[in-house]
Parts: sequence; C-alpha cells; structure tokens
Amino acid sequence: MTDILEVRAVSKRFGGLQAVGDVSFSLHEGEILGLIGPNGAGKTTLFNLVNGVYKADSGTISFAGGDITGRPPNEVVRLGLARTHQIVRPLQGMSVLENVIVGACFGRENQSMHNARATALEVLERVGLTKRAQTPARTLTLAGKKRLEVARALAARPKLLLLDEVLAGLNPTEIVQMIDLVRAIRDSGVSVFMIEHVMQAIMNLSDRIVVLNLGHKIAEAPPSEVVKNTDVVEAYLGFPDIVDKLRGLQ
Amino acid sequence: MITMLRRPLFWLILLLAAVFAWLPLRGNNVALREDLILVAVAIVLTSNLNLMIGYTGYVNFGHIVFYGLGGYVGLYLATVRGWPLIPAALTAGVAVSLLALLFGLGILRLRGAYFALATIGVLVAVQAFVANFEPWGRSTGMYVAFESYAPMGGPRHALWTTYFLVIAVMALSLLLSLGIKASKFGLGLFAIREDEDAAIVLGVNATVYKAIIYSVSAFLPAVAGALMFFKNGMIDPSIAFEYMLSLEGIVMLMLGGSGTVAGAALGAGLYERLRSYLLTSPRLSDFHLVIAGGLLLLVIRLAPGGLIGWLYRLVPRSREVVE
Repeated sequence: MTDILEVRAVSKRFGGLQAVGDVSFSLHEGEILGLIGPNGAGKTTLFNLVNGVYKADSGTISFAGGDITGRPPNEVVRLGLARTHQIVRPLQGMSVLENVIVGACFGRENQSMHNARATALEVLERVGLTKRAQTPARTLTLAGKKRLEVARALAARPKLLLLDEVLAGLNPTEIVQMIDLVRAIRDSGVSVFMIEHVMQAIMNLSDRIVVLNLGHKIAEAPPSEVVKNTDVVEAYLGFPDIVDKLRGLQ
Repeated sequence: MITMLRRPLFWLILLLAAVFAWLPLRGNNVALREDLILVAVAIVLTSNLNLMIGYTGYVNFGHIVFYGLGGYVGLYLATVRGWPLIPAALTAGVAVSLLALLFGLGILRLRGAYFALATIGVLVAVQAFVANFEPWGRSTGMYVAFESYAPMGGPRHALWTTYFLVIAVMALSLLLSLGIKASKFGLGLFAIREDEDAAIVLGVNATVYKAIIYSVSAFLPAVAGALMFFKNGMIDPSIAFEYMLSLEGIVMLMLGGSGTVAGAALGAGLYERLRSYLLTSPRLSDFHLVIAGGLLLLVIRLAPGGLIGWLYRLVPRSREVVE
C-alpha cells in the first residue's frame, strides 16, 4: 500500500508551548485516518502544519510523493490536499454556489469559471445542498455550513481531504448523514484524514487512528486496538473504566 | 469576452461614454464640457478605488496618489521631454502601476486598519518626496508651456482632445471593473474580501492577487491624472495630492454601492454634481465636506450597500440588468 501523506518528526512551538512535538505517521492511499486527542492536544495545529497554514519548526511533510514542507496552503491545495475548518469559514457575502465555485476554480484542476460551475453544482448535489445553491452562505445553519466546508474542499478535486470536526455541533440525524457522506467520499477514491470528538463516529469510520496528547503521538493503531491501549485510555480519557464504555459502543 | 457583449451593463457603459462625448459637442458647450470632465474623472477614480475597497476589501485612503503621480510623470514627459500627450499619459500609467506594484508587495502584507494607515503613509511620503524633487519643480510644481499645445492644433483643440481622451479612460475604467468582476481573477478577489485566510486555504494566491489589483487600480487613475493636469496647464504638490479627494472618493463609492460597477459610477456622478453645486454656491462653499461626512454616515448607517444595494433590495430583478 502506498502512502499518500508522510509526516516525519514534525514539531511546532508557540512561544513556551510545544504545540506539536516530534510527530511522525503516515496515511495510506484510500484509507480514513482518524486523529483524536483531548482539547489542546495539537490536532488542529497538526492540520495547519500539514496544509501549510503554519510552517513546521522542524521535520518534513511529503504528499503524493513530493515534499510540501513549508509550502503555503494555496500551493498545497493545488497539489490535491484540501481541508475544512473546525470553526466554519464560509465566504459570508457570497452565495453557496459561488463559495463552491471558488473551491473548484483554485483547486487541483485549476478550472475555468465555466467548468467550475458545473463541478460546483455536481458537488452540491453530493453533499445535499442543491436547494440552497443560490442563498447567501451566511444564512445556512451550522450543519449547512459544515456541508459547505466539505463541498468547497471537494470541489478542489483533492486526493486527500482533511476534515476538522465536521460532526461537532450536529444533531444525531445530521451526524448520520455526514458519516455517510464521508464514507461516500472515501469510496470515490479520496483519502481522508479527520479530527473528531464524536467517538462513536470516529471508531466506526476510521481504518486507523492516530492519538495525540500534549502535542505528542501516543498511539497509531486500528480503532479496536486504540480503545484497548492503556496509554490512550489513561492519558487521553483520564480513567481506565472508560474502556468498557467504548467497547459497548463498538 | 463574448459573454461581455451579452451584458446590458457593457452597452450601458458605451452609451454613457457616447452621451458624455456628444452632449457638450452640441452647440460647443464648453461650460458643460468642464462639468462633465470632472464627473468623468470622479468616475475613473471611484471605479478604480472600487477594485481595492469593493472587490478586495482593502481600504485605500491614499488612492489619489496614483492620480497625482500620473499627473507629474505625464506633465514632465509632455513638457520637459516634449513627448506627445498620448504616449506621455500611457507611460505615466505604466510607471505609476509599476511603482504601485512595489509599494503593494510591501504594504499589502498588512491587513485591515494597518493597511489603511499605511496607505495614508504612502500618500504623505510621496507628497513630501515630490515637494522636494528638483526636476519636478519642488513645491512650485510645473507649468505646461503654451507651445506644448501646438502639435494638437492649439489650446482650443487640445482641450477637446483631452476631454475625449478622459471620456475614453472613464469608459475603460468601467469596462475594466466589469471584466474583472466576471473573471476568475475577480472571484479570487471577492474571496479575499470575504475571508482572506479561507481564500488562501481554497487556493487563492492572495499575496500576488492583492499586489496585482493594487497595481491595476493605479493605471487608469494615473493616465487620467496625466490628461487632467495637462489640460489644466499646471501641477503642484498640494493640488496633485489633495487628501480630501482621496476621502471623497470613498464617500462616492459608499454612496453608490461598493463592490458594484454601476454603484461606483452612480455615486461618483451624483456626488461630483452635488459637490460642484455646493462649491459654487456662495453660502455653502465651505460646507461641502460637512455634507460629505454626513452623507457617509447616513449611507453606512441606513444603506450599507449604497444606492445600488438599496435598488437590489427594492427590485431584486434589477440585479440581472445591473450586474
């Protein structure tokens, strides 16, 4: 199995805080890799390092066979690595459709306005936002905005998609829909790297899970092993008897 | 390009230019010509300012610097160097655009209020430089020698020619705004306006886009400056870099509707006529800035989308015609 993303010994420090310390892992092509860890573990920082929002202090990141260490986000997305934001950032004044057209225009295929429109309509259909295409992005509900984040990233025609807590704040029905969407995305051939706090979802979706705590990787394993890992249970969840609860969810 | 021909606004712009050119010709109405040339210049400045403020979301308080510098470069080439007017004006445009590109790469790293402050800095610095620059006559400025008008058939002909050129620059400014708005480049700018960091993550090269639009927004104002100061026959640092004009440009844009092509033209036209009326009315001549400030407050408070935004809300279908 080839690795689409390889992170080697990456570190990032903000002043006195070691946000990410010496983290290495790889993401196989076509898999869903989960990223979990308590609040402040450095998950979003790691995403920001991978897509180039932050520059790593040390370490290397390679994507699809090329070194992307230190390259800015607008170049990284052109190579096929798109992401969503934990705190949704729609282009408020533009319509839902226009938001997605931006994603298609400046994504991996660098599409013309004309082609981007077709791509955007197709992606909106996939995420179920077709009816809202003409409405201003600011009027969407939170669930709608999360879908829009995914749609914009998909319109870039990525090879790898980083999803930052796309389930947070959604109600149970919306969560089920979003989980189906993530599966469908993977089945269409896009590798997925996702941060999630909704345990049931991440355990069900992920092929493997990376666990961060205080900026360091403490585990990298399939879900069934992660829940048994006492390091993870104690460091991340705090009390060992949660193991049984997690088992109950599987 | 072909889709442009299907847009009503494209034809409206050409119609506007034709009307501007024709009205004063009828009966050789020089007074009307002088009124309309001021409106045309206001439209040039406002619609190019719109590229920064309305399209990209970066407030430029020093926009007038392009106009003034264009005037200086153009006048210098046309009088001291003896160039014909059109090459002198175009060279002024190119020179000022290149300078703006340099400034832009520096100050466009700043965002929001810091960028706005830096643009004031650019204005003050350029004015101070020009006021001490010997080849451009320091604070006394430069005059157009009477002979400079001779190749254009004497002053009377030269004034008409300059008028038509300014109208052409006005039409080009509006067409440029329209073209950019319909393009992928324009979409990138609007994305930057809405959320620059999100736009970068979506793949927009914000650094390059901002520098290019800052430079582009300098070109036609600089050409207009070269034409206008040539027509006026003189230039000095205080009239070339008039702070108030920079601020009034923002009032015009907000009044008409920032981010829209028609709004920039409408706001510039209305405000310029109002200003001319107030300036020439004996009782109100020093009052026009009070009205400008009041107007800006009213627009921002009551109709943040300006007149065009208000029209869109009133008659949603009008958007299809005006956009």
